[in-house]
Amino acid sequence: MDVLYFAWVRERIGLPKEKVETSAATVADLVEELRGREERYAAAFADLSAVRVALDQELSDFDAPLSGVREVAFFPPMTGG
Amino acid sequence: MRIAIQEEPFDFGAEAAGFADGRHDMGAVVTFTGVVRDLASGDLDAMEIEHYPGMTEKALRKIAAEAQTRWDLGDLLIIHRYGRMAPGERIMMVGTAAPHRRAAFEAAEFLMDYLKSRAPFWKKEHRKGATGWVEAKDSDEAALRRW
Repeated sequence: MDVLYFAWVRERIGLPKEKVETSAATVADLVEELRGREERYAAAFADLSAVRVALDQELSDFDAPLSGVREVAFFPPMTGG
Repeated sequence: MRIAIQEEPFDFGAEAAGFADGRHDMGAVVTFTGVVRDLASGDLDAMEIEHYPGMTEKALRKIAAEAQTRWDLGDLLIIHRYGRMAPGERIMMVGTAAPHRRAAFEAAEFLMDYLKSRAPFWKKEHRKGATGWVEAKDSDEAALRRW
């Protein structure tokens, strides 16, 4: 699946988008997997209360299942307007 | 209804004049525009806005559709920019037209509250060579609860 990062999550991880092969069942499982990869992922996901997630461009949550999802995005709380 | 997500500036005067023009059944037109502000310190060089292409369009359409189900709106406009802007530049605008003013004002406030924390935009300030992401406020989230 495609995993996208925005704002400071993108800056901490150091890239805007990547393809991830995963068998993670939920968003939380995917986050655990990414955290274990490298320090920059651990830094980006250190405080999940400051991170939001969208699945296929719809706001979702960390408990949500990933089956059938093509695009996951992680970002800080939005500051539009 | 029109929704525009764009990098280039927009002409607020022309947009406001053209919005709901000729809709004689609409007695109330509200327009709001948000501007890059540099409050106390006066050292803001620029505001940079990042967004999530694809999701932004969907989120704005959803917010607009929700406003249209809640209020009797004859027309609705959302323009939101991304990219780099200088202090004083207009970031975004909304327009609402309704038969009566209460609906037009309320719908405009609703759009603003939702654009603030449910549309995937992120603001970054550039000050004296340093940068910092603007943090969402608890009050932004609280503002959604009144709807």
